[in-house]
Amino acid sequence: MGKTIFDKIWDKHVVKIIEDGPSVLYIDKHLIHEVTSPQAFSGIEKRGAQLFRPKQIVATADHNVPTMNQHLPIADQLSKFQVDTLIDNCKKHGVELYGLGHEHQGIVHVIGPELGITQPGMTIVCGDSHTSTHGAFGSIAFGIGTSEVEMVFASQCVMQSKPKVMRINIEGAIQNGVVSKDIILFIIAQISASGATGYFVEYAGSAIRALSMEARMTICNMSIEMGARGGIIAPDETTYAYIKGRPFAPKDAEWEIKLAEWKQLFTDADAKFDVEININAADIQPMVTYGTNPGMGLSVNGKLPTLESITDATEKQNFEKALKYMGLTPGQSLLGMPVQNVFIGSCTNSRIEDFRLVASIIKGKQKDPNVKTLIVPGSQAVAKQIIAEGLDKIFAAAGVEIRQAGCSACLGMNEDKIPAGEYCISTSNRNFEGRQGAGARTMLVSPLTAAAALLTGKITDIRTMLN
Amino acid sequence: MQSLQKITSRFIPLRIENVDTDQIIPARFLKATTKLGFGKNLFRDWRYENDDETKPKADFVFNQKQFSGDILVAAKNFGCGSSREHAAWSIQDYGFKVVVSSFFADIFKNNALNNGVLPVTVTDAFLQQIFAEGAEATLTVDLEKQTITIDNTGASETFDINAYKKTCMLNGYDDIDYLLSMKEEIAAFEKAR
Repeated sequence: MGKTIFDKIWDKHVVKIIEDGPSVLYIDKHLIHEVTSPQAFSGIEKRGAQLFRPKQIVATADHNVPTMNQHLPIADQLSKFQVDTLIDNCKKHGVELYGLGHEHQGIVHVIGPELGITQPGMTIVCGDSHTSTHGAFGSIAFGIGTSEVEMVFASQCVMQSKPKVMRINIEGAIQNGVVSKDIILFIIAQISASGATGYFVEYAGSAIRALSMEARMTICNMSIEMGARGGIIAPDETTYAYIKGRPFAPKDAEWEIKLAEWKQLFTDADAKFDVEININAADIQPMVTYGTNPGMGLSVNGKLPTLESITDATEKQNFEKALKYMGLTPGQSLLGMPVQNVFIGSCTNSRIEDFRLVASIIKGKQKDPNVKTLIVPGSQAVAKQIIAEGLDKIFAAAGVEIRQAGCSACLGMNEDKIPAGEYCISTSNRNFEGRQGAGARTMLVSPLTAAAALLTGKITDIRTMLN
Repeated sequence: MQSLQKITSRFIPLRIENVDTDQIIPARFLKATTKLGFGKNLFRDWRYENDDETKPKADFVFNQKQFSGDILVAAKNFGCGSSREHAAWSIQDYGFKVVVSSFFADIFKNNALNNGVLPVTVTDAFLQQIFAEGAEATLTVDLEKQTITIDNTGASETFDINAYKKTCMLNGYDDIDYLLSMKEEIAAFEKAR
C-alpha cells in the first residue's frame, strides 16, 4: 500500500519506537523564542546537561517585543527580563539569535520560511502551537510544550505518538474576494475547533495547488485551531521557486540533490487516510467569526445560529456564554456592525502578500475616522519590502501607521491590546475570550475583509467593494 | 516529576467546553522565566472581576466554597489553543493531580503528562454522570488498574494510557532522562541518515 507524504517524512525520522509507547522522533530544526524557552534552558542546566545540537536551533524575540521604538530599551521590565534572558541563554549555549535590531528578527513562523530555514521533508518544532505554519512547505511541523523544548535541547528528539492522518481536498476555483484565510476559517467552521484533534492534516486539491506559499502558510498555520497536530501541503514548483535563493536555502549542487529528494515528497495514489473531507472551493465565501473559538464562524453575509437550532444542553450553554461575551444575539446578522479596531498582523497574515492585498483595497482611500488600527509586519524583512514596494505610502495616505515586527495584538503580551468591550476585526488566529486584551471582542477575518472594515468602520462584504 | 498511583478526592466540576489555554493562564502571566507560582493565576479572568483578587466572581465554580479537591472535571476539548506549558504548571501548582474530560487537546495532554498531572479521558455519558453528582461526591482514579470510579454510585470506567507513559507516571520518571540515556543511539541515527 502506498504512503502519505506525512508517513514518508515521519518514518524517516523515527529513531526508535517504544513498545506500547511513543516514538522517539528526530528533529531537524528547532525554533525557539523568549516565552517558552527560559524554563527549558534552566531545566537543562539543572541536569548538568549540554545542548545536544545547538547548530540546529534558531532563536528570535517576537511574542513579547514592543512594535514601536524597538531601538530603545523595552519599557516593561518583565518583558525586558524575558528577552534579556533569551539573549543570555543563546550566548551561553551557542544558539543563533535574531533578536531585536537584527535584520532577520520577526515572528518565528514568518522568518523561518523567509530565510529559507524551513524546507520540505524536514521535521520542525517550536514551543508555539502555530508551528504548523511550516507544513506549507511539505514538512512535519508542530508545536510543543516547554518540557519538549527541553527534550530537543537534550537530544534533538521528542517523544511523540504517531497521529492519525486526515486529508482535506479542496477542488475548483475560489470566488473573487475569497482568500486562503477564508478557506481555513470555512474548514474550521465546518468541522469545529476540535474536529481534527488527534490528526495530522494534509491539504490537497486544485484550489490548494493554485495558492501562493504565503497563502498556503495561512492555511497550515490555523490547523491547530481545529485541534490538528499539524497541517501539510506537498511541495511543488511554487514551493521550490519560493525557497530558491533565500539566505539558508541549499545552493548549487546541493540544491539539485535536495530538489530531487523533495520531488519524492507526495502522497501515493493508493495511500489511505483515516478521514477524507471534500470541499468545493466555490462554496467558500468571505468568512468572519462571531464567537470565542475559531470554529464559531460564518460567511460575512450569514446569520448567527438561533438558540433553537442547538439541541445539546452543554453546547447551548457554551453558545450563550460566547454570545454574551461578544455582545451579540442569536440569529442576528453581522453585516454593517460597527467595529472600533482593526488588527492586521500575526503569524497567520503578516507576510508581504497580505500587505499587498490590504494595499490594493485601501489605495487612494481614507481610513474610517472611528477605527483604531494596529498594522504590524511579521518581520523586519517584510517591513523593508513594504517600503521597497512603496506600500508604506499607500498606508500613510490612508491615515494608517505601520508598526515594527512582532506578535503584537494577536495575544496582547506587549502594549498592543484591544480595550475591553470593543470589537476588533483581526487577521490573527484566535478569538478566545481576552486573547487580545481583557474583555476584547475579536472577530477573525481575511486581510481583504480587514481592509474593508478599515475603510468603512463596519463589517463589510469585500465583494461589494471589488470592481 | 511527581509520581501518581491512586487518588480518591472530591472534584471541581467545570462545565465549559473548549476551555482554551488562554483561559487557563492568560498571556500576560507568561512573562515569567521560572515554573513557580502559576496556581494563583489559574483561570484568572474567570475567577476575578477586573483582575481584582478582592472581587471574586460568585458564579465561577472555583469561587464556590462547597467545591474543592485534587481533581478537575471539565467538558470536552479541554486545553485547546496555545501550546503554553504554563497551563499545565498552573493546574499542577493550584493542586490538581488529575484532570478528567471527555476529550483533551493533544498538546495540553502531553504537557500535563510531562508534569505529573494525569489526563483521564472518559465517555460523554460518564462525564455527565460525574457532573450529576453533588459537591460532596468523590472520585477514585487508580492508574495501575486504569479505572475511574464515582464512589457514591460505584459507576466505573476504564481509561487509556500507553504503557510507557503509565510507567513514567507511576514512578515519576521523565522523558528527558530517557532521551539523555539515548544520546549514543541518536548520534548513530544521525550518521546513518
